[in-house]
Amino acid sequence: MDLMKLTAVQLSEKIRAGEIRVAEAVQAALDAIEEKDQTINAFITVDREGALKAAEEIQKKIDAGELTGPLAGVPVAVKDNICTKGLKTTCASKILYNFVPTYNAEVIENLRRAGMVVVGKTNMDEFAMGSTTETSYFGVTRNPRNPEHVPGGSSGGSCAAVGAGEVLCALGSDTGGSIRQPSSFCGVTGLKPTYGAVSRYGLIAYGSSLDQIGPVARDVRDCAALFSVIASHDRKDSTSVELEDYDFMGALKDDVSGLKVGIPNEYFGEGLDPQVKERVLHAAGLLEQKGAQVEHFDLGMLEYAIPAYYVIASAEASSNLERFDGVKYGFRAEEYRGLHDMYKETRSQGFGPEVKRRIMLGSFVLSSGYYDAYYLKALRTKALIKKSFDQAFAKYDVILAPAAPTAAPKLGESLSDPLAMYLGDIYTVSVNLAGLPGISVPCGSTGEGLPVGVQILADCFKEKTILQAAYTLEQALRKEEQHG
Amino acid sequence: MAKEYETVIGLEVHVELATKTKIFCGCSTEFGGEPNTHTCPVCTGMPGSLPVLNKKVVEYAMAVGLAANCQIHQYCRFDRKNYFYPDNPQNYQISQLYLPICHDGWIEIETEGQKKKVRIHEIHMEEDAGKLIHDDWEDCSLVDYNRSGVPLIEIVSEPDMRSAEEVIAYLEQLRMIAQYVGASDCKLQEGSMRADVNLSVREKGSDTFGTRTEMKNLNSFKAIARAIEGEQARQIDLLEEGRPVIQETRRWDDNKGESYPMRSKEDAQDYRYFPDPDLPPVEISDAWMEEIRDSLPELQPAKKARYMEEFKLPAYDASILTESKKLADLFEETVALGANPKKVSNWLMVETLRLLKEYSMEPEEIRFTPENLKKLIALAEEGSINSSVAKEVFEQMFKENVDPQVYVEEHGLKTVNDAGALEAVVKKVLENNPKVVEEYRGGKEKVLGFLVGQVMKEMKGKANPAMAGELLKKLI
Repeated sequence: MDLMKLTAVQLSEKIRAGEIRVAEAVQAALDAIEEKDQTINAFITVDREGALKAAEEIQKKIDAGELTGPLAGVPVAVKDNICTKGLKTTCASKILYNFVPTYNAEVIENLRRAGMVVVGKTNMDEFAMGSTTETSYFGVTRNPRNPEHVPGGSSGGSCAAVGAGEVLCALGSDTGGSIRQPSSFCGVTGLKPTYGAVSRYGLIAYGSSLDQIGPVARDVRDCAALFSVIASHDRKDSTSVELEDYDFMGALKDDVSGLKVGIPNEYFGEGLDPQVKERVLHAAGLLEQKGAQVEHFDLGMLEYAIPAYYVIASAEASSNLERFDGVKYGFRAEEYRGLHDMYKETRSQGFGPEVKRRIMLGSFVLSSGYYDAYYLKALRTKALIKKSFDQAFAKYDVILAPAAPTAAPKLGESLSDPLAMYLGDIYTVSVNLAGLPGISVPCGSTGEGLPVGVQILADCFKEKTILQAAYTLEQALRKEEQHG
Repeated sequence: MAKEYETVIGLEVHVELATKTKIFCGCSTEFGGEPNTHTCPVCTGMPGSLPVLNKKVVEYAMAVGLAANCQIHQYCRFDRKNYFYPDNPQNYQISQLYLPICHDGWIEIETEGQKKKVRIHEIHMEEDAGKLIHDDWEDCSLVDYNRSGVPLIEIVSEPDMRSAEEVIAYLEQLRMIAQYVGASDCKLQEGSMRADVNLSVREKGSDTFGTRTEMKNLNSFKAIARAIEGEQARQIDLLEEGRPVIQETRRWDDNKGESYPMRSKEDAQDYRYFPDPDLPPVEISDAWMEEIRDSLPELQPAKKARYMEEFKLPAYDASILTESKKLADLFEETVALGANPKKVSNWLMVETLRLLKEYSMEPEEIRFTPENLKKLIALAEEGSINSSVAKEVFEQMFKENVDPQVYVEEHGLKTVNDAGALEAVVKKVLENNPKVVEEYRGGKEKVLGFLVGQVMKEMKGKANPAMAGELLKKLI
């Protein structure tokens, strides 16, 4: 049996039934990584020893009946901006190339409590800044469907690892689309939860008011299971929110009858690849066949989302990244004259060009005399975007949209034109600005065989609605595939 | 004719709050401790760590603000102040710029019998930085983050003060407020109260301000007074010579008695303040604010007035006693036990303050209890001990909080009121000092004191001096 062909939920069932040992499952993932990662480069760090040791401990607990959750014993990969105690956490940056956290992020504690095994840390755009996983200090990650193409970003490593079958599920983080866009590019399912649903404690911040950790998996069920594991109310994160219940598996019903689906006209305008458009509208059609009421409408504010996002995210990043200064941990320049030169040299040598670009942009918009014109205006725009979504969700249960304007571009095509790359985030950033949950579900491929994802969005804390719609769509697509 | 100048002063005072834990994490705020032992990922700025606001900080800040007649921003926020320095582990300090918790207050000061209101612009909450230690021997710098994240409030006054005396009076009032509401112990030597002084001079009668300078981190009232005198003299000299005052930050060297420039306005950093996205706004409900207002204790001005009224203490005594919350508490608790207010006041005003000064202690460090002070007063009043013995016992009490009754018994210090024993000693003294007795008989009455002293000496201080005097006169 090829364990890596199972879903995470199936694998855990077999482990809990005693058919498979945790160590076998972990070994299968380690073997798959060993074999495939030479091409894909989805991992920065693989923790063979730690994972096998944890497997034994978890096995004992499963044998003792102490671990009964739906993902007990399942290996998982974690994006390298999430702190793991004793395990290198680099943010794919030279400046943290050797950084070993002294504590676990809250999500890591949640994984541990659920009996999951962290097998390694995945590649990403440096400090989660980028849409291609090409800005990593540790080399580019390749798209599992076509290694000439990027996996998307910034959670490109997590999505490629799941897409390539190196692991069955992974954690990513999403500040402006960093889970949904690479999920779309790699043909996997990725959820960006409502801001506050998952603790950010231990997530190395990029844009604190937008960052959210989320699950990446093969299918909607695994995604729901992993979300149930990581969502929690954490007193260590002041922006964490207590949810009514944390069981999202119950939402997996193959039924959308009566569901009101809105399709924003603005998301289907200029710049959208016709093949992507066709696949997304096809998905809408499938939901309609299943009984959903699909309507096109004007959402508004779309043209302001990208500028507002880049002002807010960069402003926060410019401050969040100040702590990387060569004083206490990470990289320090070898030669310098005095304290300020040490800061300068360390940061000049330690950060890559995209990170520097955003630090400069963020420092500029916060500087005295520009704060009102840029940062405050961006915050007001953010509030207006939230308002336009509020109005939409008064009419619709979910919004359906593309996750990205195109399928995965070729390696090397994006970085030369940062503005064009920023515009690629147009369908995802609004969700972060409004704090909403959103999922990207595979909905077919382009003629070149590259995956296309469709986004399903809902109002804050309506993850169950999203998961139910996504599950129903997934079932319809499978059926179509079987019959087609 | 020489021009007359006026000095204009505003203060920024940092007060460390008396919370048990830090402002954004659960680490201890205790002073001292091995370097970096009161630390965690949050107060060392480790990647991924997040701040969680200590509610007690808000309550203390609110209490000080309400006591200083401030308005409260019931929706206030924290902002990040961005600057690079190794004592600041995140390279930004979490502070309040846009919506500080308190604003537009005032406190009343009194100098040379003149009362005056000093307006308070705002009070904001913020975190303290760590401590840098430069090791010249090893040619390196070390940093201790035990102080990092200790809660502070910064009280910013309007430029309403005109002299060092007014500044000191203002600081004393602030210190009393913070101590009375329990928000801080305001120990200057431990840095729990520090002041930055903004000072300018102008020609008397002018209605525009001169160019100001800022002097940083002055940590004793005396240093503040000297720095003000020095800086106003320096600025007046400049103006007299027709040279401009440069807007800059200066450091006062209290040993040399002069200040030198640290950085000019041109070097001023752009702190790029913006609301901290990790901390939701603080929403203060009416109920919470009223709860704090209701829990405010009687403040010093009211207490002083009450002491004068209720205990008939002179204004001076009432001021001294109420300047320290600890002294005032001790006074009231002892009086409540039935001791005579004037006597209690005397013991606190004279002997207690003398010993505090002698041992360089703060009133907060007083160890003796109201019960023991009451017992001592009773022993003296009933004549069981004479006044010099009482002082001796008090000093022991001050040092070790001994029970005065037990101490007097154990050391046999009780006044001897036994007339027989006294008469024998008096006779002996008279026999031994025939010349002095002659002098007394010759009308030199002053020498009686000498004879009483001799009796006291013979009886090792336990005699009742009044009784001894009477007996001497009778027997001579």
